[in-house]
Amino acid sequence: MMSYDAIIIGGGHNGLVAATMLAKSGRKVALFEAAGQLGGAARGSEFHPGFRSPGLAHVINRLHRDVIKELDLVRHGLALKATQTPTVALAADGNHLVLRGAYGQSIDGNLADGEINGWQTLRTQLFRHAGILKRMFDDVPPPLGAPSAGELFKLARTGLALRLLGKVEMREFMRMILMPVADVANEHLKEERLKGLLAFDATLGIHLGPRSPTSLLGLYYRLAGELDGVAGEQTIPDGGMSALIAAIEKSARSRGVMIRTGASVARIMIENERTCGIVLADGSEMRAPLIVSGISPVTTFKSLVGPRHLDTGFVRAIGNIRTKGDTSKLHLALDRMPQFAGLSNADHAGRLVFAPSSEYVERAFNPAKYGELPDTPVMEITLPSMLAPEGACVLSANIQHTPFDLKQGWQSGKIELYRRVIELLEQHAPGISKSIVGHELLSPPDIETSYLMPGGHWHHGELQADQMLMMRPTYAASRYATPLSGLYLCGAGSHPGGGISGMPGLLAARTILKGPRK
Amino acid sequence: MLELTVFGMILLMKKFDAIIVGAGHNGLVNACYLQRAGLDVLIVEKNDWVGGAAVSRELTPGFIYSNCAYVCSLFRPEIMRDLELPKHGLQIIAYEGGAVFTRDGDYLASYRDHHAHRREFARFSKRDAEAYERYSRDVTRQCRFIQPLLMRRAPDPASFKPADIAELMYLARKFGGLGPKEMADTLRFWTMSISDFLDEYFETDVIKAYLAISGIIGTALGPMSPGTAYVLLHHYMGEVDGSVGAWGYARGGMGSITKALASSFTASGGTIMTGSGVEKILVSGGKAKGVALENGDEHYADIVVSNADVKRTFLKLVDEKDLPSSFVRSVSNFKIRGSSGKLNIALDTLPEFPALPKGSTCVRGDMHFTDSVERMERGYDDWKAGRWSADPFIDMMIPTIMDPTMTSPGKHFVSCFVQYCPPKVEGRDWTDADRDAFAETVISQIADYSPGFRERIVHMEVRTPRELEAEVGLTEGNIFQGELTFDQLLFNRPIPGYAQYRSPIRGLYMCGSSTHPGGGVMGAPGRNAAREILSNLSRSTGHVSDAHDVI
Repeated sequence: MMSYDAIIIGGGHNGLVAATMLAKSGRKVALFEAAGQLGGAARGSEFHPGFRSPGLAHVINRLHRDVIKELDLVRHGLALKATQTPTVALAADGNHLVLRGAYGQSIDGNLADGEINGWQTLRTQLFRHAGILKRMFDDVPPPLGAPSAGELFKLARTGLALRLLGKVEMREFMRMILMPVADVANEHLKEERLKGLLAFDATLGIHLGPRSPTSLLGLYYRLAGELDGVAGEQTIPDGGMSALIAAIEKSARSRGVMIRTGASVARIMIENERTCGIVLADGSEMRAPLIVSGISPVTTFKSLVGPRHLDTGFVRAIGNIRTKGDTSKLHLALDRMPQFAGLSNADHAGRLVFAPSSEYVERAFNPAKYGELPDTPVMEITLPSMLAPEGACVLSANIQHTPFDLKQGWQSGKIELYRRVIELLEQHAPGISKSIVGHELLSPPDIETSYLMPGGHWHHGELQADQMLMMRPTYAASRYATPLSGLYLCGAGSHPGGGISGMPGLLAARTILKGPRK
Repeated sequence: MLELTVFGMILLMKKFDAIIVGAGHNGLVNACYLQRAGLDVLIVEKNDWVGGAAVSRELTPGFIYSNCAYVCSLFRPEIMRDLELPKHGLQIIAYEGGAVFTRDGDYLASYRDHHAHRREFARFSKRDAEAYERYSRDVTRQCRFIQPLLMRRAPDPASFKPADIAELMYLARKFGGLGPKEMADTLRFWTMSISDFLDEYFETDVIKAYLAISGIIGTALGPMSPGTAYVLLHHYMGEVDGSVGAWGYARGGMGSITKALASSFTASGGTIMTGSGVEKILVSGGKAKGVALENGDEHYADIVVSNADVKRTFLKLVDEKDLPSSFVRSVSNFKIRGSSGKLNIALDTLPEFPALPKGSTCVRGDMHFTDSVERMERGYDDWKAGRWSADPFIDMMIPTIMDPTMTSPGKHFVSCFVQYCPPKVEGRDWTDADRDAFAETVISQIADYSPGFRERIVHMEVRTPRELEAEVGLTEGNIFQGELTFDQLLFNRPIPGYAQYRSPIRGLYMCGSSTHPGGGVMGAPGRNAAREILSNLSRSTGHVSDAHDVI
């Protein structure tokens, strides 16, 4: 029987980050991944001969600088593109808006007078507020109950940063924090294309509409992300996410992390009320006093630990985590580059968002509440390079508001959704349907099956106000340690949440390295 | 005649200490406390009667209607005692009963008694009956935390004033006293939707639908919108005779509350002028001077307190030039979307509900016909699209079963609160035809569960947000004078930085439901505002009782 100092469950990017950090401190670390390849949601596959998908994720917009630094990712081959990646708010009539620089520093396209001022005022304010929240997303969530002196100091510093915004801005922050994104947008803008984009970006991956209170938080979460130290910046990596995962894997291996893929963990072994190892699906046992789970908290506790080792209230709280995903993923194999009407060739390299107005997004959300598909879905499209044969192209799209529990069933649902999406794409990129040589549509249940994420939820659990910060995934496990001695969480289900940031992994490792609070 | 003119002249010349704009329940409460502190107070009211949204009106001979607010629970007992309202004729009758009728011909009854209620839940699901224990405990805990805040001034977190810091410390201590897990529960509760919250306890649709009702009444949100769990609390914090969460009828209709307040006010020497709509609040040199009435009269006082909602007050009654532009912008952004309508119906006999057993006491309480959260949410989707709900949620009560003073024996007044009903129909103004079609939607839903209901109707008043705005003066017909979302609660209500009943104009105060702690026939905004005004004047507030903790 092999024994280690620490065992990491799940080879997603967060598991890899945590493993590397622990190995870096001199611990003997083993990582087990159920799939044949590392990467988790950043893992792509050949969905059509010669065509690879970029991974479930297709944009990097929040990979944290501490992760890049601590794992020395640049030395291990990470090369983020230096060119800026615009966001395009697609319009049906080809009258697109192209947001350049970090989240629309400037905007190309015809905008009514005054709109650009409204946009800049709002953008500045959003970044300022996101900056306050970023302090919290960059650190272990504040404790409830009796905080230590150090934690009080950190809280006081956040409070001070808030106060330093000035009285007016501090009040605005406290007013806006739980508002619907649609109302905030309406206070500043008339332009529907911008309001639609904000509405979409705030609710992507979340079961909320733009008119739902608290939906602005989704936008703050996005803007708290950064690329190379620039907040709100994004890139669509060449060749998908695999280059990033390769760099992280290299870093992990260089630190001596033992990695096994195709090794599914069946259960966590517990002796004397603390973890002592894991049992793999093939029955082999691996021992380690420290188990760090990068997979969903729900799977971790419900399947790997089991309720008999946990108290009732905790089991109930885990059962209450909302994990039903709303986002489907479409990959199209195209025999040539698509041509979106009215969009320059260069801007095809951007993130293309189809969400023509805030009301449109809200209307797409409505049926999702009842387990129905939207008539006209909203989506985010990218055309990542180097995934297809020369001259051909892969289109990768996140389609929002397609509920996990579809009343009609996903078998017919997928056919219908595919038809609706292709119709929409055809309107914007005439001729695109004729160039399709293969496709893959992953519904939330498909994502659940292929990526082992309950509900097919990217974030391993809704990223809404009541499941954020010290409530993520649930209070008793919100600071990476769990009620089960020796078991820690390090995945997207933990603070700060999903997205390719590496932060849950990094913060979990830091917590473990610091040792239990005295 | 000459004497009257002279009296009128004197009234015109006379300068009051304070003028209250609007004789709603909060205006009256505020006026009572100010008058009792020795101020000379004048209330000006645009209607020919007092009461605002808490009125009893005989709109057809022999039938008294509570034609706006229709039940009572939130009204603070401290105020009732301070102002001696029972002495001035106020009686609250606690009621119990109520039912949700289901589409399959069954019903879910409601009981005041916890154990009876639990047994009723068990008829649908044993698991839900068990969960009800946990649910009640958890909701009560949330109430206990929030209830004392109703009668306190919301602190300004951006201020360094000792009073604000002390209030923040009070909040921190109160929150700190909860214990970590309860703190997390409270934070979640404040940000959750009522639907998600109920999903954590219950599995039966009709039970969830029944409990979700309090999360949406008066709100322009659906049960699946985050923040609606808090709205539930807003409806649970009330009490009747010390029984928390109980609801009651005011004997003689809801107007009895405001009549008692008016009587208490005039008994202590105050002046009320009805039929005196305010045209403008007079401001000079950044200071309130008085009011100019629609009839051209002017009345003067250094203190003007507006019971009208914040939009009406600052966008209509005050000149824009007297206000900072940032304040005007904030007021414009204040959300006050009307979401409900009301049908007041006179019946010549008691309606029948075949689903209920003979002699059932369920008819004494609120009756509903919406048996799933999804139906409520779909009703909200209609509203978002600018239409009234095709399948509306109705809160129906027949107070005359308990209160014989409103109609002659055997006749009944039925109050139907209806949600959702938009302030504009698909972007245009309401027409009479729209109003009638809206009423028909409601009546046909009731008739599905109560055959012969339509034939019993002798008179009906239909109120859409248009009528609520025109008569009661509620902007967009919003019954809470502003939505109860986090961005408009506590220190954010109505406007951040102006959450302590003051305005940018010296001497001009707010005391309506637009202010903390918000709407409902509660009286707390009026009382809290009075306390602020009196402490500004360095007057004693000894006659303003502190909140008592009852939970």
